[in-house]
Amino acid sequence: MSTFKVASMRDAVADLVRDGDTVAIEGFTHLISFAAGHEIIRQRKRDLALARMTPDLIYDQMIAGGVARKLIFSWLGNPGVGGLGAIRRRIETGEPAPLEVEEYSHFGMVGRYTAGAANLPFYPLRSYFESDLPVANPLIRELDSPYGDGKVYAVPPLRPDVTIVHAQRADAAGNSQVWGLLGCQKEAAFAADRVIVVVEELVDEAVIRADPNRTIIPGLIVDAVVVEPFGAHPSYVQGAYDRDNQFYRDWDAITRDEASLQAWLRDWVYDLDGRPAYVEKLGPERIAALRPTAAAPSGVVDYGEYR
Amino acid sequence: MTGPVGPATSAAFSKSEMMIVAAARELAGQRVCFVGVGLPNIAVNLAQRTVAPDLELVYEAGVFGARPARLPLSIGDPTIVTGATAVVSMVELFSFYLQGGLVDVGFLGAAQIDRFGNINTTVIGDYTHPTTRLPGSGGACEIAINARQVFVIMRQSARSFVERIDFRTSPGNLGGAEQAERIRREGGWLGRGPSVVVTDLGIWHFDDDGEMRLDSLHPGASVEEVRATVGWQPRISDPLTATPAPSPEELRLIREELDPAGAYTR
Repeated sequence: MSTFKVASMRDAVADLVRDGDTVAIEGFTHLISFAAGHEIIRQRKRDLALARMTPDLIYDQMIAGGVARKLIFSWLGNPGVGGLGAIRRRIETGEPAPLEVEEYSHFGMVGRYTAGAANLPFYPLRSYFESDLPVANPLIRELDSPYGDGKVYAVPPLRPDVTIVHAQRADAAGNSQVWGLLGCQKEAAFAADRVIVVVEELVDEAVIRADPNRTIIPGLIVDAVVVEPFGAHPSYVQGAYDRDNQFYRDWDAITRDEASLQAWLRDWVYDLDGRPAYVEKLGPERIAALRPTAAAPSGVVDYGEYR
Repeated sequence: MTGPVGPATSAAFSKSEMMIVAAARELAGQRVCFVGVGLPNIAVNLAQRTVAPDLELVYEAGVFGARPARLPLSIGDPTIVTGATAVVSMVELFSFYLQGGLVDVGFLGAAQIDRFGNINTTVIGDYTHPTTRLPGSGGACEIAINARQVFVIMRQSARSFVERIDFRTSPGNLGGAEQAERIRREGGWLGRGPSVVVTDLGIWHFDDDGEMRLDSLHPGASVEEVRATVGWQPRISDPLTATPAPSPEELRLIREELDPAGAYTR
């Protein structure tokens, strides 16, 4: 396997995301690869099963773009603001086409990725007791402890065909480092058949090896590294840029109406050829306003050298 | 009473501000709080600045011991990481911190609640053909089962305080205290369920039957208003306590530090 995996977003999505795939773009509020989602819309992928704990704006956009037949999730909304119009319309009215849903809780979703990553047949958890969720989703099943001390619930493994994550940095082999909220990107990546890592910065292998505790995904499981600065906007990258809360607030009005949503997709996705054009369209002032108000570096740790 | 957002005086405050202040005060003496999305977020951040400075905030995104310098709009925000005690993966957060029994209070919001504190955040109407699709569980279902106790903050109305919830996302006291205690004991649940519901009109606790009882009425609210916004015959304490109005400092913190844009208080 080549250790040089750097690819353009266009090539990575064309080669690794296929119609009908189960695709997980993970990143819990932090490090959401909007750049990859937009490329999937532009390439008009179809019949995807989209998995994500919090479908968020990115899946609202992708579902408005017509890429999905199914949604696998645990919390559906624009946190702190409101709803996701395209997804709600598909679920509530079945227009323009019904959307299949497979619903869990957060712990259930992280358990599913964990079981998928660890090659286990299920993940046991103390949740779902006396909830209607196992009625709504019969894949959530009650299980007797084999040691005779009560019942737990089980969720099945989730093994995406493709997992896409955004990271602060990686080397050309795909060894990827993240700081800030970790979400379930590690579990989702190890569970997947194919992995695309999108990064703010491509670094030398020596940078990775100088701080191995920070590596969450080894190049061993990575198929493509895409260098896409600002690729997580309007979500954020710890230490690099803030969450664009104004965008999330503005989305509430855009998504209420199918026509305004399609106009937004035309202006910000279809009519642009990639993330650099999107960043240019955002403009330097908007980007400057999202930079951290001050630096907050970690202390330096000493790993020591041992010969 | 709908006070304008303006200079901090205790004379004028909104129902939402009263609700947030009352919810924050309930956290006095608590150690570890799991913060739900929405109204719980501002209540716990106010508590950390007032009655509970040592409160350890747990965010489901994977943070223990958050010290947010600003109020996060979402529960995922870089400010919950900078200066926190620990950032962990979500599987670790849910497995070790929550399921391991380290969370004293799970603080939740709700779209619908019934007299026994069972919560719906999933759908209004039928699950497969809902009239309104709501966000779903998130972490609420496991919080309701594994947090030592559950606090709820929500605005009350005939649509939200209902005789029958449309979907039970997160269990409360089920059909009553006797049944809930038996099921919790037999199931080995760590949590003892809901203990307080703070609304824009008052503060409810749960009596020996596991049913909500109004114990405190906010200034400006009336018992008639409470009855009109509850879908069952509510139990009301006699005598009823009057919730102390927000202090100037509590209002200042909400208006100037936590929510100057009025995102939570409008």
